[in-house]
Amino acid sequence: MRVRYGKATAAFAIVSALSLAGCSSGESTSATQDTNSCKPSSGPVELSFTTWVPGMDKVVDLWNKDHPDIKVKVQTGPNGNSGTYQNFFNQLQAGNAPDLGQIEYDALPNFRVQDGLENLAACEGVADAKDKFVDWTWGQVTFGEDKSVYAIPQDSGPMAMFYRADLFKEAGIKVPTTWDEYAAAAEQIKARGSYITNFPRSDVNWFAGNVWQAGGQWFSNANDKWEVNLTGKESEKVANYWQKLLDKGQVSTLPSFSDEWNASFNKGQQWTWVSAVWGASTLASGAPDTAGKWAVAPMPQWEAGGKAAGNWGGSSTAVLKGSKHPHEASKFALWLNTDPEALALANKLGGLYPAAKSAKDLDAFSGGVDYFGGQKIYDVFAEASSNVNPNFTWGPTMTKTYTDVSDGFGKATGGSGTLLDALSNGQKKTIEALKSQSIPVKE
Amino acid sequence: MSRGAAMLIMGVFTLYFLTPIWWLLVSSSKTGGDITGTAPLWFTADSFPTFFANLGNLFTYSDGVFGRWLANSALYAGLGALVGTVIAAMCGYALAKYEFRGREAIFNVVLSGVLVPATALALPLFLIFSQVKLTNTLWAVFLPSLVSPFGVYLARIYAAASVPTELLEAARLDGSSEARTFFTVSTRLMAPALVTIFLFQFVAIWNNFFLPLIMLRDQALFPVTLGLYAWNSQISQIPELRVLVIVGALVSILPLIATFLGLQRFWSSGLGAGSVK
Repeated sequence: MRVRYGKATAAFAIVSALSLAGCSSGESTSATQDTNSCKPSSGPVELSFTTWVPGMDKVVDLWNKDHPDIKVKVQTGPNGNSGTYQNFFNQLQAGNAPDLGQIEYDALPNFRVQDGLENLAACEGVADAKDKFVDWTWGQVTFGEDKSVYAIPQDSGPMAMFYRADLFKEAGIKVPTTWDEYAAAAEQIKARGSYITNFPRSDVNWFAGNVWQAGGQWFSNANDKWEVNLTGKESEKVANYWQKLLDKGQVSTLPSFSDEWNASFNKGQQWTWVSAVWGASTLASGAPDTAGKWAVAPMPQWEAGGKAAGNWGGSSTAVLKGSKHPHEASKFALWLNTDPEALALANKLGGLYPAAKSAKDLDAFSGGVDYFGGQKIYDVFAEASSNVNPNFTWGPTMTKTYTDVSDGFGKATGGSGTLLDALSNGQKKTIEALKSQSIPVKE
Repeated sequence: MSRGAAMLIMGVFTLYFLTPIWWLLVSSSKTGGDITGTAPLWFTADSFPTFFANLGNLFTYSDGVFGRWLANSALYAGLGALVGTVIAAMCGYALAKYEFRGREAIFNVVLSGVLVPATALALPLFLIFSQVKLTNTLWAVFLPSLVSPFGVYLARIYAAASVPTELLEAARLDGSSEARTFFTVSTRLMAPALVTIFLFQFVAIWNNFFLPLIMLRDQALFPVTLGLYAWNSQISQIPELRVLVIVGALVSILPLIATFLGLQRFWSSGLGAGSVK
């Protein structure tokens, strides 16, 4: 699930900063490990599950039909950063959080640091499920710790490049395979009055996906201290790269997912979109006139012959702290994210691209897609998924970091300041935010 | 300023305020692709059938949950504003017409309530409602909606100006109880103010978003604002929701417009009353 945020979240960011500061004080960041707590409950149980994936109630109906003793009740809300996370924190504080909640990977560390997650490592079948999921997604829910599983991976957003096969062919421009070729193509496309792509100034997690591909690491957690590194050499490389394209006016700076943005794709003013797997449906609905003209290729590489891919989005099913039935909850979460029937339905109704390795065997992902000229695009994404660096860690205050960096990106695209300035400002503000929540930071 | 210039400024602002609504109307009659592909402020050739197709989709999507949201909003806003108005009227009337210790203190406390934004109270309310296990019920949205400090203020001012104390004394001499006097005599005199309070409350509850967002988990309890917001936050996954959000927004403002037009007669007469003595 992709993270969206905007003006509305600024308000939440303020509220959350206040309430988080309130509930984090006095709590240790190293969560207590009670590995014996995952025992089956006696008698039938009812679990509550909060999600915002459309159609999830239908998926859960499948489960309820076969499991009369573990009934799951679905609650829906807005997208995570649009309010549901804040609701989770409020509920945790009030002691009435749902048993299960959908949480995006980049928000998981925040819940972990606020001690909002149950450790499922001791629950039956959870540790053994590791091999069923794409490696990097498992890294996201364990935080690389032993005997820790804080959620079950749900969906992922491996990145690749959507491109207008027809326009590239017509213009005689080679479809770029490296970022150098991409920049060269950008110049040629600009000369023809179009853009190679749009720089998404407010989708900081898109930018992070690029840094991820370049091998960068924004956060790391060693010896219970967080290290923040938004301005490492990989981030600098990515920032300078896009800065150059921006300076030359070779990329547009429309607000992503807006009507103008859709229209520019629909009118053929954008030739590529380096995006996640879920972008396929975004394109198909936003640019219907260009159906059949698109194709998908792996992300451009920093080194010729490389295979690295980034990731944009993706979420997990977590068992929230205080659940009385972690055993049953984890059983449901495993079923939800590995059962072929459940995965197929979640994809059909909610557009999820599963984190389970078995995704490539599902009918939904095995055939050609008309919008992309019949290309089997999910093969490209499955390949990308296996090439995502498994060791990328998100920080505990991502919403705040996104807001700060995107403010800077907005200035940079407006011509004052640079992308790198935005990152170093984001670095400074993130460290301040961590400190204000009494989260230990290494400087 | 000349009359022409005044009219010009009025015209410009009218246009400014009506354009978004016009856009909403036009966009409601387009398919998802046409919204981005055609002129934003004018209809397409098959606008008419598309509009009704969109409406149909709106009310059938996800088992017709939108109709449920509309009904919820009508309940929260209609009943909430009605009960809220009665409470505010009784409170304001009491403050205006009875002398008792602490009267001014109570009034000042109520008045200071006007200054506290509802958003700031949502989180504390959530924690309180959690204690009594009322979150995620319709009471969680309904009960806080009954409170209107501004309504109390307005009712007091209006009751002081429009309900003559002599009349109340006459009623007492005739043996009418205080409650009966209030409901049969005073409320009629205060009617324009009550309509105004009702309208304010109705609009405030209809548009209230933050409180339901925090309180409600069950989609079946959502008011229309929160429901549309939830849909809107999923557009990137389910792009066809874009059209439904636009049509839904249009439908969701219709009850507000209808209420305003329906009550305008009472309302505008109330605004002027008491201004010249």
